[in-house]
Amino acid sequence: MTFDDFLSAFFSLDILRQAWPILLDGLVQTVLLSLLVVPLGLLGGVILAVLSTIHHPLLRWPLMAWVDLFRALPPLVLLVFIYAGLPFAGLEVTAWQAVAIGFFLNTGAYYGEILRAGIESVPRGQMEAARSTGLSRGQAMGFVILPQAVRNVLPDLISNTLEVVKLTSIASVVALPELLFQARQAQSVTYNATPIMAAAVIYFILLWPVVRLLSRLENRQLAGRR
Amino acid sequence: MSSWDRFLDSFFNLKVAAEYLPKIIDGFWLTVLLALCIVVTGLVAGLLLAVLRSFGVRPLNWLIIFAVDLFRALPPLVLITLLYFGLPAAGFSLTGFASTWLALSLVLMAFAEEIFWAGITAVPKGQWEAARSTGLTFLQTLRMVVLPQALRMTIPPLTNRTIAITKGTALASVVAVQEILGAAQAGVSFSFNPTPLTLGALAYLVLFVPVVLLGRWIETRFAWKR
Amino acid sequence: MPESIIRAQGVHKHFGPLHVLKGVDLEVAERELVFIIGPSGSGKSTLLRCLNRLEEPSSGSIWVDGINMLDRRTDINKARQRIGMVFQSFNLYPHMTALGNVMLALRKVQKLPREQAERRAWAALERVHLSDRADHYPGQLSGGQQQRVAIARAIALEPRVMLFDEPTSALDPELVGGVLAAMRELREDGMTMVVVSHEMGFARAAADRVVFMADGMILEQGPPDAIFGNPQHERTRAFIRQINRH
Repeated sequence: MTFDDFLSAFFSLDILRQAWPILLDGLVQTVLLSLLVVPLGLLGGVILAVLSTIHHPLLRWPLMAWVDLFRALPPLVLLVFIYAGLPFAGLEVTAWQAVAIGFFLNTGAYYGEILRAGIESVPRGQMEAARSTGLSRGQAMGFVILPQAVRNVLPDLISNTLEVVKLTSIASVVALPELLFQARQAQSVTYNATPIMAAAVIYFILLWPVVRLLSRLENRQLAGRR
Repeated sequence: MSSWDRFLDSFFNLKVAAEYLPKIIDGFWLTVLLALCIVVTGLVAGLLLAVLRSFGVRPLNWLIIFAVDLFRALPPLVLITLLYFGLPAAGFSLTGFASTWLALSLVLMAFAEEIFWAGITAVPKGQWEAARSTGLTFLQTLRMVVLPQALRMTIPPLTNRTIAITKGTALASVVAVQEILGAAQAGVSFSFNPTPLTLGALAYLVLFVPVVLLGRWIETRFAWKR
Repeated sequence: MPESIIRAQGVHKHFGPLHVLKGVDLEVAERELVFIIGPSGSGKSTLLRCLNRLEEPSSGSIWVDGINMLDRRTDINKARQRIGMVFQSFNLYPHMTALGNVMLALRKVQKLPREQAERRAWAALERVHLSDRADHYPGQLSGGQQQRVAIARAIALEPRVMLFDEPTSALDPELVGGVLAAMRELREDGMTMVVVSHEMGFARAAADRVVFMADGMILEQGPPDAIFGNPQHERTRAFIRQINRH
């Protein structure tokens, strides 16, 4: 196999020109998908984290079980279960709905753990001070605790968001026409790997800045710790 | 039949369960095997890269940092797809198992390198100086003084990351590997009943809930005093 | 005798097996400055924190400004507006400026419109002589300045009572004076104050009544001269002797 063969298998400009339009469509879907699931996950996470601050004995174990359940179950399994399984229970689920529910449950659990750690890192005196001025629990959470919590765990939040955006690629399995799905379609039609290579490059260009940013944030945190 | 009975009959059908349980169990062991392979190669490669980075050879470091960024930025499913569907166009052929193993090992390698590197740099410079001043070589210092201290720091983030990545073994179902999800999906297609999916989900829980709990335990045991 | 503004009766507090407050009775009249002293572990801070229900007493009753603090039906957030609290570790919100810290409750609890809240906040900062630092963040202020902002944050709500939980214990010695001066000014303006502190000089000079606590009980109370000059109870005597030694 010569170098030219390799190039034409992975980097064929001709195929690229053909596949480009649907790859672009896929990219748009990926972006839309990310814009949907990240806020959904954050919402789920905030709910879980705030619930974890209510130290009710009846709440503690079910909450921990819920979080561990959705962190133990691989996201793809959850997605397939919802998409392929629910119809048997009489519920018709579109790909988008399955993805929304699956991500809400899964990434909500991850964001929840991160935010919980963030809330615990805020000194207890902050809540006391806020409450002593008459702020309700909810107000104290929203105006005093959560802003500090988020600031404390920002690198972890960004890191997890990066993971969520990468995770959108599993939506291709339930035929949601995002980037990877379109790339696979193009590849199977042309028997050429260029579309997948192109998708990989697009993902890289999209996400590499975040990886660099994260690396820098992590290094700064580390330097501060020493 | 009441709707509860219908629900049970769909998702918890004992007859279908008995028929497909052996396949699921086979898939379980395959998942375990795949996960272990990934963990071993990923962690060893990551440690190797971190050690290489400690030599401080600039062009080598750039290469390492680029590789790490690359495999942190790309979604694992894209990597698997590229290896499994892409390589044949270039004349190579990897099995689904091998594609998943290679792809996820590269991803774990990248994350592990970052974590090991953070651990190594967190060991105070004074440790190096003390060891070297007693005549120990670079490698001896690394092996006997620095790495033991570095490794202790790395265990909590490493366990978390490793667990997250080994859940990616579910992705192998996309490239026709008969691990848990693959076997479950096949069962659903053949029996027109979602019970195999339920079994599959339960199998994942049996595998990963203990792992997640183990991870929690390790985190608390090795929690670094701040 | 006028109705006491604070009336605590038979207050018990258990922390698990630990019996921290063993039936404490405390009455505070309006405009009184009550100083609570005692060895560590005596329950002084716990008693103070029960008064605005930051700690839930295990039993007993607590009435502040006519409000039953321990009644489930009491709107505790409304009640807390009447009770200002200053903490040992200041607890200023690090992500807000001094002005922001003071304004938060004015805006969200008293629902004042922005301009009015700002004016009230400015006035409170003026009272502690820190209006020129209104736009500073807590990290940019000294410990003494932070504590004074904390005082401003509490008085901005125009409380009827101020509780001070070791307000100067976390400060470098040279900064203590500024905070005590602010407290003295509050006293002169007629504020009812309950102070847990080790600042005996301040107690001697400014307190109306000194309460000595040990092992979860009030052992002795009276005017500062009586407690410091002629303590009746053996424990009180031992304590006074110890602090005089320093």
